[in-house]
Amino acid sequence: MRTRYSEDQQAVAEAFGELFAREASTDAVRAAEAGCGFDAGLWRTLAAAGAPGMAVAADYGGGGGSLVDLAVMVYEWGRRIAPVPLVEHAVCARLLAAVGGDWHRDAVAAVAVGELIATLAPGPLDSGGVARLVPAGAVADVVAARRADDVVVTRSRPPATARPNTADLPLADRDLSDAQTVASGAAAEDAWERALSEWKALTAVAYAGLAAEVLAMGVDYTKQRRQFGVPVGSFQAVQHGLADAATRTEGARLLAFRAVCALEAELTGKPTPPIRARPWPERPVSAANKSGKYTAATHPGLSDSRSRSEAGRSDGGRLASMALLFGAESARFAADRALQYHGGYGYSAEYDVQLYYRRAAGWLLQLGEPSAEIARLAQNDLGPKATEAA
Amino acid sequence: MDFAMSARAEEFRSEVQQFLAEHVDAETIAAGRDGTIHSAALHRAIAERGWLSGAVPAELGGGGMDPVELCVLVEELQLHQAPADALGVAVVAVSMILEHGGEHLRTAVAPRLMAGEALACLGYSEPESGSDVAAARTRAERRGDRWIINGAKMWTTLAHVADYVVLLTRTDPDAPKHRGLTFFVAPLDADGIEIRPVETMGNERSNATFYDNVVLGDEWRLGEVNDGWAVMKTALKYERGIAGGQFPSPPVIEAAIDWARGACRADGASLIDDDEVRHKLVRAAIDVEVCRSFAYHTAALASEGAMFGVEGSMTKLFASESYKKHCAWFLDMMGAKGLLTHDDPGAHMDGRIEEHFRHAPVTAIYGGTSEINRNLVAEGWLGLPRSR
Repeated sequence: MRTRYSEDQQAVAEAFGELFAREASTDAVRAAEAGCGFDAGLWRTLAAAGAPGMAVAADYGGGGGSLVDLAVMVYEWGRRIAPVPLVEHAVCARLLAAVGGDWHRDAVAAVAVGELIATLAPGPLDSGGVARLVPAGAVADVVAARRADDVVVTRSRPPATARPNTADLPLADRDLSDAQTVASGAAAEDAWERALSEWKALTAVAYAGLAAEVLAMGVDYTKQRRQFGVPVGSFQAVQHGLADAATRTEGARLLAFRAVCALEAELTGKPTPPIRARPWPERPVSAANKSGKYTAATHPGLSDSRSRSEAGRSDGGRLASMALLFGAESARFAADRALQYHGGYGYSAEYDVQLYYRRAAGWLLQLGEPSAEIARLAQNDLGPKATEAA
Repeated sequence: MDFAMSARAEEFRSEVQQFLAEHVDAETIAAGRDGTIHSAALHRAIAERGWLSGAVPAELGGGGMDPVELCVLVEELQLHQAPADALGVAVVAVSMILEHGGEHLRTAVAPRLMAGEALACLGYSEPESGSDVAAARTRAERRGDRWIINGAKMWTTLAHVADYVVLLTRTDPDAPKHRGLTFFVAPLDADGIEIRPVETMGNERSNATFYDNVVLGDEWRLGEVNDGWAVMKTALKYERGIAGGQFPSPPVIEAAIDWARGACRADGASLIDDDEVRHKLVRAAIDVEVCRSFAYHTAALASEGAMFGVEGSMTKLFASESYKKHCAWFLDMMGAKGLLTHDDPGAHMDGRIEEHFRHAPVTAIYGGTSEINRNLVAEGWLGLPRSR
């Protein structure tokens, strides 16, 4: 177990930390907001640095890096809320490399090097074959989606305008009625679930970066800003709010990277030793007070991790969902505290906190409803509801 | 970067699980309900396995167990609800003695503690000082080659079953408060020591201990005179790996799932299918995984020899605060039946949730309150100015 970056990962963090700090300033973020939430110049810079295909197999012209290496870069991306669809693209590129071999190999290679921008439509298509509010839909040349039992892909001209939204994300509707099938049946199911899990885990990592940066803004501001003759940050009420945010932010970072590591281990055939879904042992209960219903048989899917794996979901997938929910909540809490301790300036458009506050809401919701994510986790951990099983 | 346990650590986990299956049964847990969360047989068995001395750093002469394995041990003890409060205290006391103690403490006391033959308790807090521990007023005055102790200590939990108290005293009342402190290890059977029970909402028995002209030879002194604060700092360091507290919630969640599977709403639907209940069970499971991530991270840092500080405060703060929240959620879920204690034959799973509900508040208080931990995070992690 080594929960810190390796030397190579540290180098990735530093290189991309510098790149994003230089190329994705909050001025650049604001400029992108005036358009469709995308910075084409930044995308070209990242493509030149090998970022879009960093974790795509070298066969397709990618960098052959691991999901963990990718996550290290994504953390820096999240810190700067950089206006490029790096996570969507990276996840779709990996999906296409895994299943899209027969689908325009040259297009997959163009995605791997970032010449084409790719994304996933996480939600179902409507009856007309249109995907609504597709993340990065405004700028993506390639869109993958789920259609019945298939994974389908289309290549079409992006609209280059986004539907106006809270987080100024490049959300747009995309017509996938002519999309081609690239995987079917169980293979499609596995590949799609895998891609969504990677998306969740990487978004969770990005959230940890967002949270850390907005927290730093709050800390810096409260050290400078004086009221009642002293820095605002010397008040314990303010310190404790920031300390709670820091604790959740660090917890979110650890859980997110743990999810990424678990997903990577599943790919490389070295799955992490099972972390019990039911992370507690059978407890002896004295006979007198024993509930008649308490037996292992009443815990379907919970008695050990093996039965849960058979039920369908990996530890990595479970942790990715958890990390996404906790990361989003923690980032929103950190942004809320930082905004609050800026006073009125935090609410003003001129200050940067509000940019983070709005992104923090957007990244989670573009993936779907949190309640649906919780329901999926409940089904995994507790088994289906009677109505779901029927 | 890698959060996976090594095969060796997983083997060790199996070993601990097997040990606990043999040594912790319903009776052992029930015995902890007399208010003393300690089982003499379990404590000795843990010591015999070498896990008590193992938790003491190798450079001090302990077993120097890998911190990740130590984390596994602490995790499994908590998941099994093992009544093992004395373990952490013993490890801290032994570590303090081996680092700062003289010949007598090292040869006559430390080995007995390490073997699990004798128990220690901690005498830091006083009626007038808790979080402000350096404000201790219990006096130690030198008379020739002896010391005379007068004062009172609060929360000397386990004192009524222990053999020694690690005592923080004031030796120079004129010096600034951090510079006039000296530690002693006092035998609890010394003349002039009185132990009075302090009952708690959680049914746990703690103690107040009173020191009336207790005479101690200089061989009982721990560390240099007036250098007690330096000793205290090392004590906090040793507490980190073994203090536990990272995994309090799983037994409560388990009991809640069990309840929800057997209970029905007014409309006849099973409670386990209720969206509100499912939502809370998932949120609680997420919090547990956050705690686990913190615990593994701090253990991995320690294993690499990296010194960690504030991460320990974050872990304890998050774990205890979320534990309180979970207990309240799941008590509410049960309605009136949630109120039944284990004395009632209808109490669900020995009244486990009710019991945890009463226990939970103390976890956000002892071993550093949530407020002290937030101060430490604000100062040590965020670099904010000292606010007190």
